[in-house]
Amino acid sequence: MNAPTLYGLCAAALVGIGLFGLILHPTPLRKVISFNLVGCGTFLFFGVAARRGAGAGFAGDPVPQALVITGIVVAFAATAVAVALILRMLEAGVATMDSRPEPPDDLSP
Amino acid sequence: MSLLVDLVLVVLILMAAVWTILVRDRRDAVIAFIVLGLLLSLVWMRLYAVDVALTEAAVGGGATGLVLLRACARLLPVEAEGRLPGPGTQIAAGLLSALAAAGLAAVVLHPPVPYPSLAALAAENIHTVGLGNPVTAVLLAYRSLDTLLEKVVLVLALIGVWALTPDAFWGGAPGSLRARHASGALDLLARVLPPFGVLVSIYLVWNGADHPGGTFQGGTVLAAMWLLVMMAGLRDPPGISLKLLRRLVVFGPAVFIAVGFAGIWMSGWFLSYPPDYAKPIIVAVEAALVLSIAVILGLLVAGPAAEPPKR
Repeated sequence: MNAPTLYGLCAAALVGIGLFGLILHPTPLRKVISFNLVGCGTFLFFGVAARRGAGAGFAGDPVPQALVITGIVVAFAATAVAVALILRMLEAGVATMDSRPEPPDDLSP
Repeated sequence: MSLLVDLVLVVLILMAAVWTILVRDRRDAVIAFIVLGLLLSLVWMRLYAVDVALTEAAVGGGATGLVLLRACARLLPVEAEGRLPGPGTQIAAGLLSALAAAGLAAVVLHPPVPYPSLAALAAENIHTVGLGNPVTAVLLAYRSLDTLLEKVVLVLALIGVWALTPDAFWGGAPGSLRARHASGALDLLARVLPPFGVLVSIYLVWNGADHPGGTFQGGTVLAAMWLLVMMAGLRDPPGISLKLLRRLVVFGPAVFIAVGFAGIWMSGWFLSYPPDYAKPIIVAVEAALVLSIAVILGLLVAGPAAEPPKR
């Protein structure tokens, strides 16, 4: 096994762990963090693709590398908006994803 | 031997990732996520992507971590931890996530032969833009439309964050970033570091044309210096209705768009550069962008206005 393959598997695991966290956690901030994990895994795939596509005197294909830089920036912008939304939600009195007014009987499993 | 380093890195990353998900306290989760970002920037070095390593360390770990930590501090007294779903849902979620990961792993283990690569094309045409760093060439020449739209996304994100300002505070300043406890070390750092930070940022942008570095990395360093000054309490965030601030935010993207339209007139297409002047134009666009990026990043971290406007 070579290094890019190893990191590729690591990226797959990161996406898996992130997805699990996304489903598991009921609080919005933890969901945002989990979603960022999925993002990290996805970006790492681009790194693996870049390294495998090395050629023409470059140690990595520059196109996926450039795409990832753009991706990281957009992910940060999205996270900042999400966090601002969460804080605003909190001011409006919604603390978790399931803290809507409780129905009379607890029907949730 | 070298694979051993990679293996250790992967184990550390997976531990940080699992810790991020499973730890009970949300602040610990954010700290684990920051650690993960820094470890990932080492991985980018191992994958020979120095430009990405710089970005990941600065933005993936640093700026994102800062935004999340600030959110933690504000959520701390209020937000309930919430109830985790029952064991059945947990097992189902685990299985489905594992399935998704396994599918991706299968793709990794069976790459197409020969592996698709645009490296040759990038190398073939790099002389036409006069740059030495292929990543900068992709960002500001081959795929400059992506980069332009990315800057527009940054501006839109800032508008989105500002739009969440409560009516009473519109035009006011974001909440102070000042650390709750005065710290001599932070104060000293905020006074000593910024001149060097500005220098490093200029170096990264100037040097980014031919070596690793570039607009975004430079802009982030500049933003970090501004944030450091704000966190030490030497300056508070400016009011969001400040004209100069808003001009700085749109300055970079506006210059980029203007250059794009000038391209139609000079060489026939939107965002195309005349061959002899490609490099000076690119460096000028980068210089304009770096200011806007620094201001936007700083304001995104600072968040919506939280104080009534002064007057």
